[in-house]
Amino acid sequence: MRIPRALIPYLMLAGTIILIAVFAPCLTPFDPYEQDLSRALTAPNEVNLLGTDRYGRDVLSRVIVGSQTTLCASLLLLLTIVTVGSAIGATAGLMGGRLDVFLMRMSDVFLAFPQMVFAIAAAGALGGGLFNAALALALIGWTKYARLARGLVLTIREMPYIASARMAGASSTEILIDHVLPNIAGPILVTAALDLGTIIMELAGLSFLGLGAMPPTAEWGAMMNNGRSMLQTAPWVILSPGAAIFLTVAIFNLLGDKLRDVLDPKNR
Amino acid sequence: MNRYVMSRLLQLIPILLGITFLTFALMQIPADDAVDILYQQSGTVSEEIKAAKRAELGLDQPFLVQYGRWLEGVVTGDMGRSYISGKLVFETFIEKLPATVELMLVSIALTIFVAMPLGVIAAVNQNRPVDIIIRTLSFVGNSMPNFFAGLLLIYFLALKLNLLPIMGGDWRAVIMPALTLTLSMGAKYTRQLRAVVLEELEKPYVTGARSRGVDEFTILTRSVLPSTLVVIITLLALSMGSLLGGTAIVETIFMWDGVGKLAVDAILTRDYPLIQAYVVWMSLIYVAVNLSADLLYHRLDPRVREVE
Repeated sequence: MRIPRALIPYLMLAGTIILIAVFAPCLTPFDPYEQDLSRALTAPNEVNLLGTDRYGRDVLSRVIVGSQTTLCASLLLLLTIVTVGSAIGATAGLMGGRLDVFLMRMSDVFLAFPQMVFAIAAAGALGGGLFNAALALALIGWTKYARLARGLVLTIREMPYIASARMAGASSTEILIDHVLPNIAGPILVTAALDLGTIIMELAGLSFLGLGAMPPTAEWGAMMNNGRSMLQTAPWVILSPGAAIFLTVAIFNLLGDKLRDVLDPKNR
Repeated sequence: MNRYVMSRLLQLIPILLGITFLTFALMQIPADDAVDILYQQSGTVSEEIKAAKRAELGLDQPFLVQYGRWLEGVVTGDMGRSYISGKLVFETFIEKLPATVELMLVSIALTIFVAMPLGVIAAVNQNRPVDIIIRTLSFVGNSMPNFFAGLLLIYFLALKLNLLPIMGGDWRAVIMPALTLTLSMGAKYTRQLRAVVLEELEKPYVTGARSRGVDEFTILTRSVLPSTLVVIITLLALSMGSLLGGTAIVETIFMWDGVGKLAVDAILTRDYPLIQAYVVWMSLIYVAVNLSADLLYHRLDPRVREVE
């Protein structure tokens, strides 16, 4: 597949963020976990470009390493919701009948919760930690993809090529893998790309409330939570990870928007 | 019409049962139960005493029996007592609810007040500098997590410029938390309204009105804006979910004494009855808002009515 030219700058920006996350440990000027209380809460200067936190840890190094935690967790979470949700939706759409009714009523119930209200309570009940926070978001997040995949499958199911594949003797599994999945992948991927920014914000939000990554893990939301009381005296401790979340979300949102524009036939 | 309302209400029953069941089940996950938390301050307590207390509270009953008893409590407004304060959960929740509702209403009003003109101005000036500026702003608002936006507002408006108090008794206390919620909501509304107005401006009746010499302002205020009303209702219903969730984070940042802060505090102290009440009631509010939006929609849009 040729990459549309309009996408290249955005892909490069997103690629840069991902590269930073992958090579984070090699890029940090200091050890992000090494404490030096004599240098606690130093304002940004030539040595510590973004200053230090209350344990004297270099904020820039922690922001860089934090990109790994945040991106890795967010991408894994997104991947889980998209595959599990689409699988449930596609199964419901293909099988129809009682299973379809059951799965869709179940997704109705999950959709009736305000997403973050459920996630906050679930993350709390599961006991906190980054994994549990992601699990809480996955529990409530799959419905969107189940609905989307089901709707797409219902349209595709009636297509002549499915009927002819069936007549040619293809099994349900073969039809699912060879014909249905390739045809629903596009819209699902665009939705996922547009969702990544929101996922990053939600996961960081749970960490910010103390329900996600635990100290001393360098994670952006948790870093902001730990520095909250120091907004007046040491704003760099909070504003640096905050800006990192904002920039990352903005870049992935830009990419998602452009991807949608490029793939949407109306814009051609 | 009445039949439509009835059928919508009947459809709600399984949803409401599902909400309460899931919420109840969620709070059975933690390894420590009410009795453990009740006795955690009193040092080591023998397992016999704990078991007796469990029997007294009915915690040794089968899961479904416990759920049934709890559900009865939800309906009658008796959701037990807080593990921490010992106060009645339902009363505590109702006591804090007005503050959250106030915050939400101010945010919604502010959002419509900001997004309506911005969306229209952007659409009318499509691809001109004004449009590009408004689109950039709405993009920024959309990519900014509310906890970062809230802290930025505190940093600049309260700490640096001394314009507003971070918290306090007077009416100004609502401004910053409401602005925080407005930022992301307003960004979404502006974007949607711009798209809707653009679409509307291309319709034949607008061209017709123009060719008859009707001025642009009249076209906008008399024809285009009324047709965006339905969109605003849809947007309100859609954004209610993120607004209800957003209040938890924003109330925590601004120490706003509503149900969101109550819930976050309850989670950090493992006060499960309070969390259950919070989740159930927030979901009920969400369901009620969505139902009202559907019914209103049904009322306003003849096309929807005829399909039924």
